[in-house]
Amino acid sequence: MGAAVSSSPARPGGLWLAFSKNRLSWVGLALLAIIIIVAIFAPLIAPYDPLEQNIVARLEPPSAEFLLGTDSYGRDVLSRLIYGTRISLTVGFIAILIAMTIGSMIGILAGYVGGVFDQIVMGLLDVMLSFPTLLLGLMIAAMLGASLENLIIAIAITEIAPFARIARAPTISLKQRDFVEAGRALGFGPVRIMGVHILPNMISDVVVMSSLWMASAIRTEASLSFIGLGVPPPTPTWGSMIREGFENILDAWWLAVFPSLAILLTVLALNLLGDALRDAIDPKLRAE
Amino acid sequence: MTAGNGALEVRNLAKHFTIGGGLFGPEKKLVRAVNDVSFTVPKGTSLGLVGESGCGKSTVARSLLRLIEPDAGSVVFDGIDVRAAKGAALRQLRRRMQIVFQDPYSSLNPRRTIQQALEEPLRVHRLGTAREIAEKIETAITEVGLPKQALDRYPHEFSGGQRQRIGIARALVLDPELIVADEPVSALDVSVQAQILRVLERLRDKRGLSFLFVSHDLGVVRHFCERVCVMYLGRIVEQGVTAEVFDRPLHPYTKLLRDSSPVPDPTARLTLTKIMGEVPSAANPPPGCTFHPRCVRAAGPCMTDIPALNEHDRGRQAACYHPETWPGLQAVAAAG
Repeated sequence: MGAAVSSSPARPGGLWLAFSKNRLSWVGLALLAIIIIVAIFAPLIAPYDPLEQNIVARLEPPSAEFLLGTDSYGRDVLSRLIYGTRISLTVGFIAILIAMTIGSMIGILAGYVGGVFDQIVMGLLDVMLSFPTLLLGLMIAAMLGASLENLIIAIAITEIAPFARIARAPTISLKQRDFVEAGRALGFGPVRIMGVHILPNMISDVVVMSSLWMASAIRTEASLSFIGLGVPPPTPTWGSMIREGFENILDAWWLAVFPSLAILLTVLALNLLGDALRDAIDPKLRAE
Repeated sequence: MTAGNGALEVRNLAKHFTIGGGLFGPEKKLVRAVNDVSFTVPKGTSLGLVGESGCGKSTVARSLLRLIEPDAGSVVFDGIDVRAAKGAALRQLRRRMQIVFQDPYSSLNPRRTIQQALEEPLRVHRLGTAREIAEKIETAITEVGLPKQALDRYPHEFSGGQRQRIGIARALVLDPELIVADEPVSALDVSVQAQILRVLERLRDKRGLSFLFVSHDLGVVRHFCERVCVMYLGRIVEQGVTAEVFDRPLHPYTKLLRDSSPVPDPTARLTLTKIMGEVPSAANPPPGCTFHPRCVRAAGPCMTDIPALNEHDRGRQAACYHPETWPGLQAVAAAG
């Protein structure tokens, strides 16, 4: 029997190794690194002041002077895009991090405890889910007032429910696996069972979903900013730039297209990372 | 009830489940999965628990460890009331009673190395220093016949038999006195079954372990257990010394079980007992003796009254109004 246990590459701590072996993960990582660098060094990279208006150069198409053109106030689109990265990334990351943490905890707890507690909690979350994200975000943002922090809180709250749902389903199926029962028989407490035996076996689902929901968070940010409940103008955000671009979509396509591309690239990077992370977390897929 | 003799004593254990119910669900029904089950496992012995699928064997096994909370009855281990234990006392009891599961693919956390899996119980119970823990898990893994190198690996790198060994090692690290083995070999290949049984036997002899051995394989139980309980629809219908029970079954159901399990002897002619009907649903058991619709000997009180588990011979009990008769047993049976 013992002889069959031969060499195999999987070792604890090989997470980074496994992650780095995946070529697509490098693409995602590179993209995200570029986006983050752009956000951090925005003042150094941006060719113009993003708020400076230039009435003479209104709605200029992309040219050598204005690489991505100008908007209806004559502001440089590239500079606004670069500064907008900061807002979108901050809002997306922090809001999703909050929603993921709180949502997963609620989901695991509801799934593990079960019974009436589960029904009450999931019922309340269903009520939250029944509101369109935008409407709920709008209500919360209106209650809290327009600022960056409140925008993050509003978006985080709207996305707790989906995370709780994503976390609850695998918890219920894991709860019935023998290794969880074995843990109870060995005298492990519920916190240890949830944290050590259930969470690591379902976190990949949550992580992969979080990259998708981050796109939704960036979209919600866009919508709320447009309505005036997000980051107040004239601060540039990708969302508000797209909305402003819609007004002139027929004669100034560059206004909406470039911020949309920025969102697309960010979401693509997050999805590639999410997939690679899921594969790297699973020891079974890691060995391959 | 005797105190502190290391025995597991189970008296009148019962577990009911409700199915259906709810606002729009079907009509609520009570399933009596385990009914009035009593047995004793003296220290250092093995008791077999046999029966068909769905007869409540696993429910009994899990109730003993309170993985499922029983509804009634008492479970006493070494003089301590298991059902009343709380907090630290319960944790202490869990150290002394361990379980080995049927499905080796589900019993190990896929995200934890074998080392982590074996260390964890010792860490949680704060048993020893890091070095002592390391020594202990090395002993445990070699005791079940795996090399130390196995510790660094993940469960998916092992075969079913190897995983079952790991599951046994995990049950052993806390130095338990009683192992509840819930069909420990039935998910394995026959050749591997023998290896695992040998591991369990060696441990039983070396460590003086008691076993409650749940199985549907009469051959395995005959080999492993001194005494056996036969369960049918949540009740024990016969118990006694394994060889006697299987050689001269008193209850018609035991006879049926025995006659329907294959004997590895080409000269033995298989004379099948006539099997009538199917196992009734535990949600809707027949009145009287639950076995009567399938029983060739059923008559009179069998249809209306539940037979008690009575002594029919020295150390042999059966719940039957018309037990099988065997030469040498007749006189006692008639008197019973």
